[in-house]
Amino acid sequence: MAIKNLREKINVSEAVGSLPIQKPEAKLYMSFMYVAFISLLIGGLMGLLQVFVRSGKFTLPWGIDYYQVLTVHGVILGLVLTTYFIIGFHFSVMGKTVGISEKQRKVAWFAFWTMVVGTVMTAVTILLGEASVLYTFYAPLRAHPAFYIGLALVIIGSWVAGFVNWHQLAVWKKKHPGEKSPLLAFMVTINTVMWFIASLGVAIAVLIQFIPWSLGWAETINVLVSRTLFWYFGHPLVYFWLLPAYMAWYAIIPKIIGGKIFSDSLARMSFVLFLFFSIPVGFHHQLTEPGIDPTWKFIQVVLTMMVVIPSLMTAFSLFATFEITGRRKGFKGLFGWLKHLPWKDVRFLAPFIGMLAFIPGGAGGIINASHQMNSLVHNTIWVTGHFHLTVATTVMLTFFGISYWLVPHLTGRTLTPKLNKLGIIQSIVWTIGMSIMSGAMHIQGLLGGPRRSSFSEYGGTEQASEWIGYQMAQAVGGTILFIGIILMVYIFVKLAWFAPKGHEEFPIAEEEDDAEPTPSYFENWKLWIAITIALILFAYTIPFIDIIQNSPAGSVPFDWPIGRY
Amino acid sequence: MTTPEKLKKDENKHEEPNLKGTFVSVMLLGAFLVLSWVGVFILFIGR
Amino acid sequence: MHLHKYEKIWLSFGIGSLVVFLLVLGYGAFWQGTHPQSHGITIDSDNVESNEAFKQENLGVTKVDDDKYIVNIVASAFNYDMGKDEEGNAVKTIRIPKGATVLWQVVTKDVVHGFNVAGTNVNMMVEPGYISSIETEMKQAGEFTIVCNEYCGVGHHMMYGTVEVYE
Repeated sequence: MAIKNLREKINVSEAVGSLPIQKPEAKLYMSFMYVAFISLLIGGLMGLLQVFVRSGKFTLPWGIDYYQVLTVHGVILGLVLTTYFIIGFHFSVMGKTVGISEKQRKVAWFAFWTMVVGTVMTAVTILLGEASVLYTFYAPLRAHPAFYIGLALVIIGSWVAGFVNWHQLAVWKKKHPGEKSPLLAFMVTINTVMWFIASLGVAIAVLIQFIPWSLGWAETINVLVSRTLFWYFGHPLVYFWLLPAYMAWYAIIPKIIGGKIFSDSLARMSFVLFLFFSIPVGFHHQLTEPGIDPTWKFIQVVLTMMVVIPSLMTAFSLFATFEITGRRKGFKGLFGWLKHLPWKDVRFLAPFIGMLAFIPGGAGGIINASHQMNSLVHNTIWVTGHFHLTVATTVMLTFFGISYWLVPHLTGRTLTPKLNKLGIIQSIVWTIGMSIMSGAMHIQGLLGGPRRSSFSEYGGTEQASEWIGYQMAQAVGGTILFIGIILMVYIFVKLAWFAPKGHEEFPIAEEEDDAEPTPSYFENWKLWIAITIALILFAYTIPFIDIIQNSPAGSVPFDWPIGRY
Repeated sequence: MTTPEKLKKDENKHEEPNLKGTFVSVMLLGAFLVLSWVGVFILFIGR
Repeated sequence: MHLHKYEKIWLSFGIGSLVVFLLVLGYGAFWQGTHPQSHGITIDSDNVESNEAFKQENLGVTKVDDDKYIVNIVASAFNYDMGKDEEGNAVKTIRIPKGATVLWQVVTKDVVHGFNVAGTNVNMMVEPGYISSIETEMKQAGEFTIVCNEYCGVGHHMMYGTVEVYE
């Protein structure tokens, strides 16, 4: 096979700038992957149950509540799958580019187990029906304290993992004075710095507000403050998911297609811009809330538009990588270069479909954040359709694309042509299922259909009966997606335990030989963090003081609406 | 008259890679962004 | 750092489009008053009747002038209280003539709720302690569903009402 030959050729040149991953390291990285793929299966099954219920043709057995299933789906896919995969991926690329010491590895295990304990605590409370509050918390609905404590542990574990990453880079820099940090290590550091600064918000909400209140130590909770702290974290959270996909697009895909990095500086620049503008934008999730000054909402809308810019830069860089590589291989004409792309290589195809999905995903995101226009779509199922394009297609297909080579690389196996083909089928199944499901969600949302709701005829209005047709379409799409999940889990199991032994390449792209040198100011972390904090203080200080000063009385907890007695 | 070929030659002098396909692609992407936004904006105004 | 000339054009076009979006939105918001609802007016959520508008007899639709109406609603899990009709039955349908201007005012007695007149721009979060309100012109005739579109508990999807806009 042509692909295989090409891969073998690439393998020869792999040694440049990349460190070997030893067995004990691989075990660490794979542990994160196991949790991620178990989560994919469970969370996907919950999604399937949801679309069935919403079709109106199916009711959950044994008195299971729709919102319990919805909570599991949101928490396990939005928080567990993503966070574990990302941290596993972060560690893998750090290990590959800057290395990991034995001590760092031990601390990383501590991070892993802290997260696992937290995840189990949270999962048990949700499964016992004690935490049907969805993953955005919804004070004054009160979950069992173990839910909040578990989530706090997951976050603390993820911080420890981030601290290890920073230490890894610091050690490397000491050994390589004056050198620029490897691109992937730079990107991981940006993502973990962003994650740390952002998750401080939710950590404060959980530690100072939710835990004491859920334990009965505090009588009331300030609902708007809790929501504001949550969304201070909630938007950077989606960028924490997206940036690892961007890492793969910038620094791994060029290698897979046989090209070079388009521009190291521009890649770093876009990541620095993401650090600046991912966080001071949380109000765009709160545009229709009553207690926030509209001028400050608008200011954060402006900042939200700024975070579009690095994605515009990324779009250009990616097309340019494809075109330059294609032209170098002799493909001519306006779009001739498209022909050279390795369409039959799933390591490329899956992330490529992810890139395409980000075009409507990004367009929808700009619409959502458009201040007063948000009232057209807020809390409609359009929003669900939107993030099933961004996180569940763009991010997920890229993560699958990473798994096809990362898992066998770590387990000492190979991606066989057969598994490659199965992966291509998986990508196509995902694309079809998601187009149907997300498309139907977008349309139903524009017609006013709500998100986060079980099946209802809403008193039998004609409008509501129209929605049901779209919910049927979502059930069809969701079923196809679940088939995709089964396929993906099968491929993962094969790659982890059964594929033939061998060496699978860890593709890391290089710069052009005559590339323009990257300016050294990119290593000025203090400056980047200072600007980030300044922007956050600018966007949040005045409105936050305003919220606190004009707060109504706090809310007592409510247990019965979520079925707790 | 500047023919496409002439443009190409001029570009080579600048040592810039030929990114015409990229340019057309991103501008199509941009047009999609603008059209979607305008579409929803019209819906918003009409409601 | 070097930018390809096409990238410069692309980024100028992209950033330019974003600026135009913001100017259009900003003009609407600041000059025409179409901000999303944000009044910051508080209320005692344990005693919403302390506010004149949310006394039981003032709930539902009230005509205040030619083509001007106020609708007051109290949300609670899992119901919208829109007052009672002459026979003492709970009102579930609000009737408003086409083209009328309506001030929607909604409060919650317990948890966070949503308030969306589906198919219109009336879409608000309703949070304990705050009065959510928005003024809108009902431009289209027809039957619209009021849905609670923010999760409020096990009966969330059973929380609804109807708005009839007649010619």
